[in-house]
Amino acid sequence: MLVLTRKKNESIIINDNIEITIVDVQGDQVRIGINAPKNVSIYRKEIYTEIKEENKKASSGLSVKSLNEITEKIKGKG
Amino acid sequence: MLLHTTNFGDIEINDENIISFEEGLPGFESLNRFIIINNEGDNSPFSWLQSVENGDLAFVIMNPLVFLKDYTVTIDDFMVNSLEIEKPEDVMIYSVVVIPEEVSEISANLKAPIIINTKNKKGKQVILDNSEYHVRHYIMEELRKQGV
Repeated sequence: MLVLTRKKNESIIINDNIEITIVDVQGDQVRIGINAPKNVSIYRKEIYTEIKEENKKASSGLSVKSLNEITEKIKGKG
Repeated sequence: MLLHTTNFGDIEINDENIISFEEGLPGFESLNRFIIINNEGDNSPFSWLQSVENGDLAFVIMNPLVFLKDYTVTIDDFMVNSLEIEKPEDVMIYSVVVIPEEVSEISANLKAPIIINTKNKKGKQVILDNSEYHVRHYIMEELRKQGV
């Protein structure tokens, strides 16, 4: 990993079109500003990871039959 | 085209019904084409999002409004442009459902809904900023709360 030292209000440029600015530093919290083209998705990593893992869980190969049984159960309780 | 699937056997699908996810889904970035298969049985809240590229892979999805009537998704300009959305009516929203062994813990991901433009069949799983919505909303609990 490339590691750079930056001060408040300093930036880095990635690939001509993504600019990351250190907006503020307070103790162990850093506020970061990002300027990027609209088609670049930016997420907090832990949230993206959470979604990934949830999708993996959702893909665990339930059968149609099991889903139908579950549907009946849910309706029964509704 | 004929699609070999684990869940539905060999099924004939119409290319026009294939939904393209340009970036795949988080965790499945290399899979870009899916079809929606409605679950048998009347009024089932569930459907399947079946991968066209991997016959073994199908997600259970549902309309989140079934259990959370005031669920709101704000679709920003980027989304409007990338999915080429013209009218709100053209948009379908689904939640990905996780069904664990303990069925009462069945949950839906409201943090990252799947947005589909039904006109051009483009889809994307988006991650909402809204902190009210979480990755795991327990459906049975939500239904009880609503007294449905």
